[in-house]
Amino acid sequence: LLRSSQPLTGPNRRRCREDEQLLGTLLDEGERGFIIDTRSAQAAKQARMSGGGTEPKSCYPRWRRLHRALDRGRPLQESFIRLVEACGDASLSMDRWLSRLDGSRWLGHVKAALSTACLAAQCLDREGCKVLVHGAEGTDTTLLVTALAQLILDPACRTLEGFQGLLEREWIQAGHPFHLRCARSASSHARGKQEAPLFLLFLDCVWQLSRQFPLSLEFGEQLLLTLFDNAYASAYGTFLCNNEKERSLCKVKESTHSLWAWLDQPEERQKYLNPLYSHNPLVIWPSVEPQSIQLWQGLFLRWIRPSQHLDEAWAEIQRLVEG
Amino acid sequence: VENVRLLDRLSSRRAVLGTLYLTATHVIFVENGSETRKETWVLHSQISSIEKQATTATGCPLLIRCKNFQVIQLVIPQERDCHDIYISLIRLARPVKYEELYCFSFNPKLDKEEREQGWKLVDLNEEYNRMGVPNTYWQISDVNRDYGVCDSYPTEVYVPKSANAHIIVGSSKFRSRRRFPALSYYCKGNNASICRSSQPLSGFSARCLEDEQMLQAIRKANPGSDFVYVVDTRPKLNAMANRAAGKGYENEDNYSNIKFQFIGIENIHVMRNSLQKMLEVCELKSPSMSDFLWGLENSGWLKHIKAIMDAGIFIAKAVAEEGVSVLVHCSDGWDRTAQVCSVASLLLDPYYRTMKGFMVLIEKDWVSFGHKFNHRYGNLDGDPKEISPVIDQFIECVWQLMEQFPCAFEFNERFLIHIQHHIYSCQFGNFLCNSQKERRELKIKERTYSLWAHLWKNRADYVNPLYRSDNSQTQGTLHPQIAPCNFLYKFWSGMYNRFEKGLHPRQSVTDYLMAVKEETQQLEEELEVLQERLANLQKSQSGDNKVKSKQQDRSKQFGLYTSNNSLANTPQEYSNDLKSFPSRSPSQGDEEDSALILTQDNLKSSDPDLSANSDQESGVEDLSCRSPSGGGCLPSEDSGKDSDEAVFLAG
Repeated sequence: LLRSSQPLTGPNRRRCREDEQLLGTLLDEGERGFIIDTRSAQAAKQARMSGGGTEPKSCYPRWRRLHRALDRGRPLQESFIRLVEACGDASLSMDRWLSRLDGSRWLGHVKAALSTACLAAQCLDREGCKVLVHGAEGTDTTLLVTALAQLILDPACRTLEGFQGLLEREWIQAGHPFHLRCARSASSHARGKQEAPLFLLFLDCVWQLSRQFPLSLEFGEQLLLTLFDNAYASAYGTFLCNNEKERSLCKVKESTHSLWAWLDQPEERQKYLNPLYSHNPLVIWPSVEPQSIQLWQGLFLRWIRPSQHLDEAWAEIQRLVEG
Repeated sequence: VENVRLLDRLSSRRAVLGTLYLTATHVIFVENGSETRKETWVLHSQISSIEKQATTATGCPLLIRCKNFQVIQLVIPQERDCHDIYISLIRLARPVKYEELYCFSFNPKLDKEEREQGWKLVDLNEEYNRMGVPNTYWQISDVNRDYGVCDSYPTEVYVPKSANAHIIVGSSKFRSRRRFPALSYYCKGNNASICRSSQPLSGFSARCLEDEQMLQAIRKANPGSDFVYVVDTRPKLNAMANRAAGKGYENEDNYSNIKFQFIGIENIHVMRNSLQKMLEVCELKSPSMSDFLWGLENSGWLKHIKAIMDAGIFIAKAVAEEGVSVLVHCSDGWDRTAQVCSVASLLLDPYYRTMKGFMVLIEKDWVSFGHKFNHRYGNLDGDPKEISPVIDQFIECVWQLMEQFPCAFEFNERFLIHIQHHIYSCQFGNFLCNSQKERRELKIKERTYSLWAHLWKNRADYVNPLYRSDNSQTQGTLHPQIAPCNFLYKFWSGMYNRFEKGLHPRQSVTDYLMAVKEETQQLEEELEVLQERLANLQKSQSGDNKVKSKQQDRSKQFGLYTSNNSLANTPQEYSNDLKSFPSRSPSQGDEEDSALILTQDNLKSSDPDLSANSDQESGVEDLSCRSPSGGGCLPSEDSGKDSDEAVFLAG
C-alpha cells in the first residue's frame, strides 16, 4: 500500500520519467496495480488547470486508476457543523430528526470513507495487487484511506500499541496538518479556510469498525474520544504543528511531553483497553450498508444523552471479563 | 422442483443452485453441493406475500416475503413449475381452517403431562396475587364466567371492590365491544392502578350511570388520589370523528374527578402502511445513506414507536410519581391499549423485565385481554385490512428500552426475535384465535403446545449476561429520557434485516459474555475442588505442595471462537460500477433454521419429524463453534478465491 500526492501533470500533460520508473519498478513482471484517486474523475481532470492532475494511462500502463470522490475541506467542515447543530437542537421533533441527520451528510462521508478503504484493502488482500492512494495534497483523504485500510487488513494495527504506531505513521509523520485542520472544531464562528475534520472522520470510521467487530480492537471508545479531544486541544505536543519539519523547528520533542507516554502508563492504559478484546488474525470486512453505519452517539451526543446506564453496562462487562 | 436458484438480495450473481420442496407445512430449499447441503426452511404460516415476477432468460423469478421479514428470491427454470408453485403457495399460505395450522401437527415428542405442565407455566392468577390483588380495594369478578358480558374478555377479571355485577354489566353496555374497565396493573406501593377498556358509546351527549360509577369505583380504589386520568391513545381528531358514529370519549363534565388526556397514536391502517414503507426501504438495492434515512423517516415508523413509548412513559409516571390511577382506552381497547399498558407495566415493575415476567405480561395484556391475534397476524386467511404489526411494535419498544438500559432486562434480543417469530409461525397454540373464548372452544391446550415452555426450556440462550438483579436499572421504575431523545430511537436491523447476517455486528458481545460467564463458573467450580484437595493433602502431608494456579489466557481460549466467524471475513460488494468480487454471503435463514441434514424421514410430508427443526429455533446465532476447544468449526471463508474475480479484472 503506497501513498503520495497528485502528479503535477498540468495542462500540458508533462511527463516525469523518474516517477514513471518508480511506479514501474514497484510492479513485478506481468503484475498490475491500482491507483485509488480520492477525487472524482471530473475534479482530478480539472486539477490539471492548476498544475496538478492524474497519471495518464499511456505513461503508467500497468496501473489501473479508480476514482472514489471523498469530500474534504470546506464541505466536510460544513457537514460536521450541521451535524452538531442537529444533535443540539432540542426543538427537533421525531418527524424531522432523520432528515436533519441526513441533511448533514456526515454518515454519507463515513460510508464513503469506509467503502474506499475497503476497496483498497480488497485490492491488496483479495487481488494481491499493489495499491497507490492519493488525492490532491496527499495529506487528508489519502491518509484516511491508507490508515483505515491497514486497520481492516492488519491485526497488529488493532492492538493498542499498533494503533498508536498507525497514528504516528499515517497521520502525524505523514504530515496531516493538524494545526490547520483542528483549530476550532464545530462551534466556532471564525470559519478558517483550512479547517476540516478529517481526523474526526477517521476516528468515527474506527468507531464503526469497533461496533461491527466488538471483540477485535484492543482499545475502546474512550481512547477515540481522548484522541479527538487532544487533536483540538492538548496538554501534550503530539498533535502540534502541521508536519515533522515544523515540529523539529519548534523543538516539540524537547519542550513538550508525548501523549503516548502518558497513555502508556499502566494506570492510564487500563482505561483505554477493550475488555472484550481477543486477537483476531483475520481481515475484518465491515458492512457499509446504511443499516450498518450508525451515528457515533458517544461523541456527537456526548453531553446530551444520559450515559449512566451505558456506563453501568460497561462496568458490568469489565466485571464479567475480569472474572 | 430441481435446478432452482436462490438469489442473494444484493447480488443476483451470487445465486445458489438447489432443489425446492413443498411440504404440508414448509417450503424447503436445499442447496446442491457436496458437503454442507445447506437448507432454508420457511413455514407456510410465515409467508406474507408471494410475487411472481417477469420471466427472464434464466427463468421465472418468485419472491416470497415472510412475516418475520425474511425475503426469499427464487428463480424457477420452467414457467409452468413456477406457476404451480405460486398457486400452491398461495393456497398453503392462506389456511381456511384452524386445523390446517402447523401447531396441530407439530410434535415435540412430549407426553400429555408435559404438555399440560407447559401450559401451566404461566398462571395469571398467581400473577394477580403477586401484584397484591384481590385485596381491600380490588376483587376478582366472575360476572363474565360464560363470556356472557364480553366475549373478548377473559372469564375472570379484577374490578374495584365497589363495582358490583350491576355496575359492570351496565358499564359494559356503554363500551364498544362491551369491553368495560378492568384491572391491568396494580401498584402495591401506592394503590395506584392501570385499568383498561374500550371507548365509551357516548356519541355527542349520551351518558350511562353505571359507567360513571365504574370510573368512580376505580378512583375510590385508590384512596391516595382524588382523581383518575383517562388516557385516550387515539389522535384527538379520530376520537372526535368516532362521536358521529355514536362512540367517542369521556366528557370531563359528566365523569366526576377525571382528567382527560389524548395521546395520539395512529390506527392500525397507518401502522400497516408505515411498516410496508419501511420494508420497501429495506428492500432497496444498494441504497445510499440518504435513500435509507429519507426512506426511514418517510415511513414514520420510529415516530410511531416513540409515540407508543411516550404514552407508556406518561402512564408510568402518573402511577409511580403522582400515585394516580389511569384508565386507558383506544377504540376497541385491544390494540393501542394493549401496547401502552404493557409498556407502562414494563417501566414500572422490574418483574416484567425478567424472562418469566415478560411471558406473563404478554399472557396478561395481550392473550387474556383478547388481542385479535388471528386477525392481526393472519393465522387464517382473512381481511387484509385487519392485518397490522401491533405486537411487533410493542416488541420493538422493548428492544429500544433494552438498548437504552442494557442491564435492565433478564433476557436478550434473541428472546424478543424468537417470540415475534412464533407469533406468526403458528407452531405453538398460544397466539391462535382472537379471544380466550375461541381458544377454549378449539381446545387449544389439549391439542397444541405452549411456546412459553419451549422458550423456558431453552432459556440459557436468551439470557442477558449484563443483567444483575441488584443494580439501579433493575430496581423499581425505569425512566427513559424524555427530551431530547429522538436519537435514542434506532433502526432495528436485528429484526427487520434479521436474515441478512452481513449487516449486523459480526461478533456477538452477548454470546461472548455468556461464554465467559460459563467459563468463569467452571473455573470457580474447579478452583473449589482443587482447594478442597489441597486442604486434604495438607492434612495428610506436611504442606510441601504447590497448587498450580489456573492461569488461563482467555484470549487464547476464545481465539478460535472469534476467528471462525465465517461471515466476518467476507467482504461485501464495495463498488457498484466496478463489479468487484460479490463475495457477500446470500441471505440466509437463521443458522438454526437450516442446519438440519435432510433425511428421507423429513421428506415424508404428512407428518415430518420437525422436532429437531423446532429445537433449532433456539440455537445460537452467529457462531460456528461455541466450545473453547473449538471443535467442529467451519473453515473461514477468508481462504481461497472467488471465481467471480475474473469479472472484476475483465470489467
